[in-house]
Formats: sequence, structure tokens, C-alpha cells
Amino acid sequence: MIEVLDTYGLRLASGLWTTIELVVIATVLGFVLAVPLALARVARNPLIAGPAYAYVFVFRGTPLLIQLFIIYYGSGQIEAIQDTWWWPHVREYWGWICGIIGLTLNTAAYTAEIVRGGILGVPHGEVEAARACGMTTRVMYRRIILPRAFRIAWPAYGNEIVFLIKGSVLVSTITVLDLMGQARSVFSRNLDLNTYVIAGIFYFVMIYGFDRMWRAIEARINRHLGERPDTRRKSRPKPA
Amino acid sequence: MWDLLQYGDQGYGDELIRGALYTLILAASSVAVGLLIGLGLASAKLAQSPVVRRLAFGFTAIFRGVPELLIMLVVYFGVGIAINKIVGMTGYESRVEVDKFAAATFALGLVFGAFSSEVFRGAFVAVPRGQIEAGLACGMNRRQIFFRIRMPQMWRFALPGLGNLWLILLKDTSLAAIITYDELVREARTAAENSGESFLLYGAAGVIYLIFTALSMGAIGRMERWADKGVRRA
Repeated sequence: MIEVLDTYGLRLASGLWTTIELVVIATVLGFVLAVPLALARVARNPLIAGPAYAYVFVFRGTPLLIQLFIIYYGSGQIEAIQDTWWWPHVREYWGWICGIIGLTLNTAAYTAEIVRGGILGVPHGEVEAARACGMTTRVMYRRIILPRAFRIAWPAYGNEIVFLIKGSVLVSTITVLDLMGQARSVFSRNLDLNTYVIAGIFYFVMIYGFDRMWRAIEARINRHLGERPDTRRKSRPKPA
Repeated sequence: MWDLLQYGDQGYGDELIRGALYTLILAASSVAVGLLIGLGLASAKLAQSPVVRRLAFGFTAIFRGVPELLIMLVVYFGVGIAINKIVGMTGYESRVEVDKFAAATFALGLVFGAFSSEVFRGAFVAVPRGQIEAGLACGMNRRQIFFRIRMPQMWRFALPGLGNLWLILLKDTSLAAIITYDELVREARTAAENSGESFLLYGAAGVIYLIFTALSMGAIGRMERWADKGVRRA
């Protein structure tokens, strides 16, 4: 194991960095996309809710691998892209860009469902109280519903990010040298299984560390909910 | 362009359908392996011995915290290397290659097992204690309590979780394409490379997955209703 790290440690480390980069960017962009999607999903107007439902169904109903292939190989099929002035500049990073697009669109669909679950989990009483205080729908969403929904959705959202980290390995199939991509290219050279074991340890530590951090934040954002009498806890709905 | 999807020599329709069939076979066999592993792990987690419990929880943590593809690659390459090494120690040369289907089934089964063990454990614990005590009071033995009281109700608690895991597994079978098992994605990829029509062929594969997902969701809904038939609704 030491030999592998000695010879290829730098490559694996650079792959690790690419993985972190991909996951962070896709998480942020995916979240930005997911909130309006979730709001559209709970809308009463079927013309708004319908397309959002279709989007979620398609991206949750097909494998991420297929989505990445359609984006990467499909875009290679469009000649108009290769004729643009910016193509020579992005050509080298095209796999990376397609990876970001694919991971973002995919995680947005899952996250939208989680946020929607959170929104539906907000107790009616709080919504009615907000209305009784004379809040407009906008203000009510900003002050009452969304902050509450995010707290409810927090644990499920953490699970989704773990799935995103694990799913990010698939960008190695579209030429991106993330941690998995580096591990596969190293393995094809040294045929030493320890390469995969080391990559596995990296992923495990990354996911374990993330999980710890996420739980710590959860405890912090819910600290005002800590010391309440049991009677109120019973009426609180379980997180989705 | 659309004639590429024809059934027969001119199109890739038959290849895609065969790939879809292989996808289903892989998913079904992985579920069978995964359920066995999951039940075994769940009973280990509920065991008296703290060592057994620790091991089971550790095992779950590892297989939930490492990407599925990595597990599949390690199983696929690793088992072969291990066998060859062991045989090599006896002085004989061996070049065993692990069957792709077996490697994919085992890897996906391990992941499914790790996740489903948590579902089973939760379902086991979710059956109210009072009912178990009622069973004891009626003079049932442990076996009778398990089969008459726990099992029928465990399904009710476990089905939603297992349904989700099935949907995840169905999509994870696509990873087997990377170790060149001829399932749907690999067939679509071969066809796309030969014809240059990536959108069409990957799109067709995507539609097949959507159909599988929709059918699965319908079936899971029916099973849940069946499992819930003894429950009073508000």
C-alpha cells in the first residue's frame, strides 16, 4: 500500500481535489435549482406543477450514468457546439463541464423532492399563524415555511449529498480524472488492487467526515428546539 | 434516424431489448443475494453478543460509505487476483477470471444488503412490544411469535424502505456496464458508437429505465396496500 501511495500519491490527491470540487459545485448549483423546483412541485397550478414533476420523474427514474452519457456524447454529436468561438477554450475541460452539468441536474431532482417533503412537513398551525399575522405568501415562505422546511429536510438532504459523493465516481467514465478516474488509470498500469483500496479509504473518510459535520450542524440549527416539554414534541411531525 | 430502433438486423431494437432483459436478470439476482445478506446482517445487529453487533454495524458502515462502482471493481478484479495468488502458492499457474455477472451480482448484493439491513432492523423494532407480550401471554413460543406476529407486520414497516432500495438498485445495475457486462447501458453504448446517434440510443435506453421505474412504483404501491390491509385508516 505504501508503494502505491509513494508512486502515485500525488495523482490520487489531485483526483481527490477534483472530486471535492465537483461535489461542492454540483451541490451548490443543484440546491439553487432544487428550491424553485420544489416550490413548483407544490404549486396548485398544474401547468407549473406538471413540468416540475416530469423533470423529477425523468432524472430520478434513469441512471446517472445514462444522463452523463447523453450530455457528454450527445453534445459531441451537435456540430454547432464545435463551431462556436468558445469551443477551443473549453474543449480540454468538456468532460469536467459535462460532469458538473450531469451531477447538478441529477442532484437537483432528488433535492427538490427532499425540499418538497420538508415544505409539506411544516405544521399547518404555523402556516395559519403566519396568515393570521397578516403575512403575504412571499413573506410567509421566507420567514416561516422555508426555514422550517430546511430543518425538517436536513438529515435527508445530508443523505442525498452522500449519494452525490458516491455518484460522482461516474464522471470517470466521461474522461474526468477525479479520484475514481485517477485510481482506475493507476490500476490499469500497476494492476495493484491496493490502488482501489486506498481510493476506497479516501471516499470512506470523506463521507464519514461529511456525515459527522452534517450532524453537528443539525444539532446547532435545531438548538432552539432542544428543551421543550414532551407534550409539544408529540405533535411535531417526523422528518420526511 | 428512427429506423435505428428497429427490431432485427437493420436496427438496434433487439439488442436494446436483450440488454434490458439482462438488466432485469441482474437486478433480480442482486435483490435475492441482497435480501439474504440484509436479513443476516439485521439479525447480527439484533444479536446478544456485542462483538457480533459491532461487526455487523462496521460492515454496514463500510458498504454504505464506499462508492458502489469501487466495490464492484474490487470484487471483479480482486477475487480473481486472490484466487490466482492462492493457487500460485501451491506452485501451479492459474489465470482465473471472475464471471462479470457473478461479480456484479455480488457487489450490488453487498450494497443492497448493507442498506436493507437497516430497513429490516427498523421494521423488527417497530413492532410494538405489547403485541410480543400478548403473544407470550397466549403461550406462544419464540418461533410462533416470530412467524405469527413479527413477520406479517415487519413487511408493512419494511416495504417502503425496500421499495426505495429496489429503485436505487435498478439504476445501479448500469454500473455493470463499466465491467463490460452486456446490460442495457452497454448495449446502448455499443449501438451509439456504431451509429453515431448518441441522443437517440441513450434516450431509448433512458425510456426503458423510466418504464421499469414506473412499473416498479406501481407494483410497490400495490404491495404496500396489500401489506397494510389489516390496518385501520383514519
